[in-house]
Amino acid sequence: MTTTVPPGTAASATGVPHSDVDPFAHDVLEDPLPMHAALREAGPVVHLDRYDVFALARYDDVHAALVDWQGFQSSAGVGLSNFRYEEPWRPPSLLLEADPPRHDAPRRVLQKVLGPRALRRLREGWAADAELLVDEVLSRATAFDAVAELSTAFPLRVFPDAVGIPKGGRERLLPYGNHAFNAFGPDNDLVAKGTPRVAELSGWVNAQCQRDVLSPAGFGADIWAASDRGDITPEQAPLVVRSLLTAGVDTTVHAISAILYAFATHPDQWQRLREDPSLARVAFDEAVRWESPVQTFFRTATTDVRVHDVLIPEGSKILMFLAAANRDPRRWADPDRYDLSRDPSGHVGFGMGIHQCVGQHVARLEAESILTALARRVATIELDGPPVRHHNNTLRAWESLPVRLTLG
Amino acid sequence: MTATTPARAPLADAVASLRVTGKQVQADGVLTLELAAPSGNRLRDWTPGSHIDLILPNGLTRQYSLCGNRWDATTYRVGVLLEPGSRGGSAYVHEQLQVGDLVGVGGPRNNFPLVPSEQYLFVAGGIGITPILPMVHQAELLGADWRLLYGGRRRSSMAFLDELAAYGDRVLVRPEDEYGLLDLPGFLGAPRDGVRVYSCGPAPLLAAMERTCAYWPPHSLRVERFVADDAGAPARIAPFEVELARTGTTVTVTPDVTVLEALNRVGIEVLSSCRRGVCGTCETTVLAGRPDHRDALLDDDERQADDCMYVCVSRSRDERLVLDL
Ligand SMILES: Cc1cc2nc3c(=O)[nH]c(=O)nc-3n(C[C@H](O)[C@H](O)[C@H](O)COP(=O)(O)OP(=O)(O)OC[C@H]3O[C@@H](n4cnc5c(N)ncnc54)[C@H](O)[C@@H]3O)c2cc1C
Ligand code: HEM
Ligand code: FES
Repeated sequence: MTTTVPPGTAASATGVPHSDVDPFAHDVLEDPLPMHAALREAGPVVHLDRYDVFALARYDDVHAALVDWQGFQSSAGVGLSNFRYEEPWRPPSLLLEADPPRHDAPRRVLQKVLGPRALRRLREGWAADAELLVDEVLSRATAFDAVAELSTAFPLRVFPDAVGIPKGGRERLLPYGNHAFNAFGPDNDLVAKGTPRVAELSGWVNAQCQRDVLSPAGFGADIWAASDRGDITPEQAPLVVRSLLTAGVDTTVHAISAILYAFATHPDQWQRLREDPSLARVAFDEAVRWESPVQTFFRTATTDVRVHDVLIPEGSKILMFLAAANRDPRRWADPDRYDLSRDPSGHVGFGMGIHQCVGQHVARLEAESILTALARRVATIELDGPPVRHHNNTLRAWESLPVRLTLG
Repeated sequence: MTATTPARAPLADAVASLRVTGKQVQADGVLTLELAAPSGNRLRDWTPGSHIDLILPNGLTRQYSLCGNRWDATTYRVGVLLEPGSRGGSAYVHEQLQVGDLVGVGGPRNNFPLVPSEQYLFVAGGIGITPILPMVHQAELLGADWRLLYGGRRRSSMAFLDELAAYGDRVLVRPEDEYGLLDLPGFLGAPRDGVRVYSCGPAPLLAAMERTCAYWPPHSLRVERFVADDAGAPARIAPFEVELARTGTTVTVTPDVTVLEALNRVGIEVLSSCRRGVCGTCETTVLAGRPDHRDALLDDDERQADDCMYVCVSRSRDERLVLDL
C-alpha cells in the first residue's frame, strides 16, 4: 500500500512513542480493543509508522482535537488520504470534508432540517412503524438474525422515506455507505472489494439527490427549499442531500446492532430498560459510547500543532480513535461495562465541536422508537449463536447477530 | 495501568460567565470589549453576523454583535455605542464595567448569516458596522467580489476605520458631514441576480435599503436591526425553582450551578453532550414558566414560544419553571 508522504513529516516523529500496528488489518478490525488500550497506554500521541500518521487515543486529547477546527482541519479529508496531495474518490462532502467558512452555510441548513424540533413531526409515525415491524418479526419467529430483521430493517423502513427518495433501488444505500466508510481508511482489500461498484452506486445515489426525484415533503425537499431562500446555493443542495444518504444509513444500522448486542450480553440491563422505558435514550447513547459504531476519523494539522510534548508538523494526518476515547479509564469508570446507570453524556461517538454528528437526533429517535417497541413485548434477549462481525475501515460493524427472544 | 479517578466532563465554564479582558475606545462614543473565559478555555464557536446576549451585573440583558476574529477561539470582541438616553445597557458598559469584571453571556446566535455567493454588497450605518466587519473579512477570504459602503455622522464617530483601511478601495467610507446621506442607488446599481446585499444600521437606513432593493430578486437583501425584543423579564440572578412534573420533585437552582447539574444532583439524568447549548441533546420540554434562553440553537420565534429549553446552559426568568421530567 502506498500513500504520498508529505515532505518533512516522517523524520520529525523521533522521540514520539511509535507503533507499527495496522489499525485497518483484519485481526484488529475483528477486535480493536487490545490495540486501543495499547495506544492509550503508549502515550498521548503515538506515531503509526506504517501510515506516517499521529494517533490520539485518550479521551481528553481526542476531545481537544475534535473541537479545535482551527488547528485540526477537515477539508484535507477526514480519512487517511490527504486531499492536499491526493484526488478524493468523489467530490468532497460540503459538511464532513469542509472547514469554516465554507462549512457554515450547509451546516446551518442541515442543523435546522435535522434538529430536535424538526423531528417532532416524525416521532409518532416512527413509533408506530417500530411497533409494526416488531409485531411482524415476532409473529414470524422468536429466534432470528437481529442484523437483518431489526437493525437493517428499521432504518431502511423509516429513513429513506424521511429523506424522500423513491422506493426503487434502496438496496444500494448500504453498499454505498459501506464503501464510503471504507474509503476513509487505506487503499486496502476492503476498498478494492468495493471499487468495482463505485460508479454504479455513486450514479444512483447522486440521482436520488435531485429535486425532481425527491418527494415534496422530507429532509431532501427541506434542503432544496433552503436553496430557494438562498441559504445555500442550488449547486450545493444535491451534495447536502448526499451527506444524509452517505452518513445516515450504515451508521444507524450498526448502532442499533450494537445496542441489541449490548442487551443480549447484559440481560440485567434489559430488565432495567423494561422497568423504566424512559431509559431508552440513555441506553442508546451508552451503546454508542461502548461500541462506537464510528471508530475513527482523521484530521490534518493546519500548522505545527503541539499536543502535550509532541510537535505534530503542519500537513500531518492525525488519526482520532473515538472508540478508544470512549473507553478511556481516565474519563470513564469501569469503561468496558455497558451500564445504564452511567451517564454517557460527553462521549465522542458522535464527535464533538462544529462537525459533531448533525444526524444524532435522527439516530436517537430511530433507536428510541425501536427499543421502546421491543421493550413492550420482549421479556429477554439472548445470543443464539456466535455473532459475526463485518469488517469496515471506519465502522464497528456487524454481519449477523443471532438472537433468541422470549415474549412477555 | 494506573488507577485514576474518572472525572465527569468539565462543565462549560466558558458559558455562564466571561471576564472582561479588554476595554478600548474605538471612536467617539464607541468602545470595544474583549471577553474571555476565566479558565482561558475555548469559547463557543460563532459565525459572522452572530450576536451574544450580555447579561450585565445590573441585571440588564442586551445584544451585541461579535466583531472579532473567529480563528481566535478564546476571545470574543464586541463594539458598543453609548446610546444617549440609555436606560442602563450601553451606559453601564461605558461607565461602570471594568476590565476584570464578570458578565453573563448567552448565545452566540445568528439571525444574520452570510450565505454563499460570489458577489456581496455591504452597507453599514454607524454602529451597524459591527456584524459587517467579520463578514467582509470572510468575503475576502473566500475570494468573493465584495464592496462595503460605510456611513456615519462624522469620521471621528466611525469605528474600525483603521482595520478597514487594509481592504483599500473595496471600502467606501462616507461620513455624513463630508458627503451627505449615503447614495444607495448609486452604490447598489441596477437590480440583478447573483448578488447578496447585507445591511445593518439605524432604522431609517434599513428602510431606505428596503425601498432601494424593492425590485431586486427575492432574498437578495438581508438586514439586521439592533432592536431588542424587550418583552422578556430580566434574567434572574437569584435562585429559582424547577418543578419536575413527572417525577414530582422540586429542585432549587442556585446561581453557581446549571439546571443540568442541579437535576443530576438529585439523581435526574438528562442526556447531554456538548454542555454548551450548541448540539441540542439536552432539549427539555417546558410546561410552565419562562426560560432565560442562553443556547445557540433557538431562533427568535422559537424562543418566544418558551416551550422547550436546553438545560445545560439556559436558566429561568421566573421564580419557578415546570419541566416535563
Ligand atoms: C441582534 C442585535 C445586535 C446588536 N448589536 C449591537 C452592537 O454590536 N453594538 C451596539 O452598540 N448595539 C448593538 N445592539 C443594540 C444593543 O443591544 C442595545 O439595544 C443598545 O446598546 C442600547 O441599549 P441601552 O440599554 O443602552 O439603551 P436603552 O435604554 O435600551 O435605550 C435605547 C434607546 O431607546 C430610547 N428609550 C429609552 N427608554 C425608552 C422608553 N421607555 N420608550 C421608548 N424609548 C426609550 C433611548 O432614548 C435610546 O435612544 C444590538 C441589538 C440587537 C437586537
Ligand atoms: C449512531 C449513528 C451515527 C453515528 C455513530 C454517527 C457518527 C458521526 C460522527 C463521529 C461524526 C463526526 C465526524 C467528524 O468529526 O469528522 C458525524 C458527522 C456527521 N453525521 Fe453522523 N453518525 C450517526 C448517524 C447519522 C445520521 C442518522 C445522519 C443523517 C441523518 C448523519 C449525518 C452526519 C453528517 C452529515 C455529518 C457531518 C457533519 C459535519 O461535518 O458538520 N449521521 N457522525
Ligand atoms: S448538551 Fe448540547 S445543547 Fe445542551
